[in-house]
Amino acid sequence: MSAEENSIVTPRVAVNDLNQSFGELEVLRGLSLHANRGEFVTILGPSGSGKSTFFSVLTGATTPTSGDILVDGSPLSASGDHLAFMPQKDALFPWRRVLDNLTLGLEVQGVKRAQARERVRPLVPVFGLEGFEDAYPFELSGGMRQRAALLRTVVQERDVLLLDEPFGALDALTRTQMQAWLEKMWEEFRWTVLLITHDVREAVFLSDRIYVFSQRPATVVAEIDVPLPRPRTIDMVTDPIFAGIEAKLLKILLENPDMSGEM
Amino acid sequence: MRAIAKDRVAGTLGPLLVIALFLVGWQWYATHGGPGNDVLPPPSRVWEQGWAAHADLWANAIPTLRATLIGFALSLLIGFLLSVIVDSSRLVRRSVMPVLVVSQTLPLIVIAPLMILWFGFELMPKVLIVALVTFFPITVSLVEGYASADRDAETLLRSMGAGRMRIFRSLRFPSAMPYFFAGLRIAITYAVVAAIFAEYAGASEGLGIYMQLAKNSFRTDLVLAAVAVSALLTLILFGFTYVVERLTIPWLRLYRRAQASP
Repeated sequence: MSAEENSIVTPRVAVNDLNQSFGELEVLRGLSLHANRGEFVTILGPSGSGKSTFFSVLTGATTPTSGDILVDGSPLSASGDHLAFMPQKDALFPWRRVLDNLTLGLEVQGVKRAQARERVRPLVPVFGLEGFEDAYPFELSGGMRQRAALLRTVVQERDVLLLDEPFGALDALTRTQMQAWLEKMWEEFRWTVLLITHDVREAVFLSDRIYVFSQRPATVVAEIDVPLPRPRTIDMVTDPIFAGIEAKLLKILLENPDMSGEM
Repeated sequence: MRAIAKDRVAGTLGPLLVIALFLVGWQWYATHGGPGNDVLPPPSRVWEQGWAAHADLWANAIPTLRATLIGFALSLLIGFLLSVIVDSSRLVRRSVMPVLVVSQTLPLIVIAPLMILWFGFELMPKVLIVALVTFFPITVSLVEGYASADRDAETLLRSMGAGRMRIFRSLRFPSAMPYFFAGLRIAITYAVVAAIFAEYAGASEGLGIYMQLAKNSFRTDLVLAAVAVSALLTLILFGFTYVVERLTIPWLRLYRRAQASP
C-alpha cells in the first residue's frame, strides 16, 4: 500500500543505487532507499555492515563511488545543508557550555551568537535541559547529553535528521527511557528521521519503516513496515504485532551472512 | 573533598620538606669542614650576602626578565605560526618538522656568541636565543593537540557545513589547549635559563653577566644568590602558566575532576 503512495509523492530523501568502495573493499552495493516527509525510517544492520559509511556519504564526509542522493527530488548539494547529523558519541565540546554547544550548528551557518541563543532557548525546557544551560557537558548524565546532542541537531532546522546509534552508549534502562522520550518528541515535531541502529527492539518501537542491511558490502535485504499505532508506549513491546515484527527482523538478521554470500 | 585537600597539603609540604633537608645538610657540611666560603659558602651566607646585594641583584634581574618575556612572546608567536604551517598538510609536516628538530640540536654554546656577533650586546640576541630554545615544545604540543581533535566532532562540524578555518577555530584549536599548556610549562622552565645563557655570552647587564662577574671575583656566594633569583623567576613564571590556564580554559580543571570521579 505504501509503495503506491510513494510513487506519487516525491520522497523527502531518496537514495538510488548507491555504491561505495575503498580500493578493493566494497562497502555499499546498489543501495536504494527513501524516507517520506515526516516519516521515521530506520536502518537496521549488523555491526560493521557499512551503516556508518552510508551516513558519512549522506553528510558529505565521503564521496560515493556511484549513485544519487536526492532531497525533495533534487541532488544533494555538495555543502550538504539538507541533513542534520547526530553522531554515535554525543561529540559535545567540553570547552563549550551546554547552551553554546546547542548553538554550534547555527553559528556555523553564520547566525550571530545572541540570535542563535534566542532560537535555542525555547527548546531547552522541551528537551529537559532547563537549568543546565550554563553547565559543561561533562557535568550532565548520559541521557541528558544525548538529549542535548539531539537538540543541537534539530535546531539546525534541516530537512532530515540523521541519527547514528544515538543511544548505543547508554545503559539499558536509560536507553529504554530515551527511546520512549524520542518517540514522544517525534510525535510532537514529526521530523523526517533516518536512524541507524543494531537494536531490533529500538527499530520496531520507533519506526514507521525499517530497512535491513546485509553484512558488508551493505545492501538492502528487507524493507518492513511497522503498522503499530502511535503514540507508542512501552507496553506495546508485548503486543503480538510488535513481537511478530521483532521475530521476523531477528530471523532476517541471523540469516543475513548466507544472503550476502549468495550475492 | 578531603582527599583533594590532603593531596594539596602533601603537594606543598613534600617539596618544601625536601628543600629544607637539602639546605640543612648543605649548611652543616659547609660549616663543618667544607671546602671554604670561596668554593662552597653555606646557604646562610648566600642569603646574607645576597640580601646585602639585593639592589644589584634586582637591577640585574629586570633586564633578564625583560629578555625572557619578550623572547617568550616571540616564541609563542613563532611556535603558533609554525604549528599552523606544520598542521596544514602531511607533506609540509614531513618537510618542516625535521628542520625544526635540527634547530634544537644546535649547540647553544656556539650559537650564543654568534648571535652576539651578529646582533650586538643589546636585547635582540637574547630575545632570539630565548625564542630558539623555547618555541619547539610550544609547536610540538600544539601540533599534537590539533591531532587530538575528536573525529566524530569533525564529521559533525563538516555536516553542519563548516570549512577548514571553522573546524580549526571551533574544534582543533580548542582541542589543543590542554596540550599547549603542557608544552608551555616545559618551555617556560627553559626560558629564564636561556636568557641568562645569552647574557653570559655577552651583555652589559643582567643576571648572566652578574654571575660571570661574581664568579671572576671569587664571590661564589653571590653567584649562588643570583642562581636563587633565577630559580625564583622561573618558579613565578611557571606558576603564572597555571593562572593563565585557569583563566583561559576554566573548563579543563572541572573536566579533569569530573573524569577522576566517575
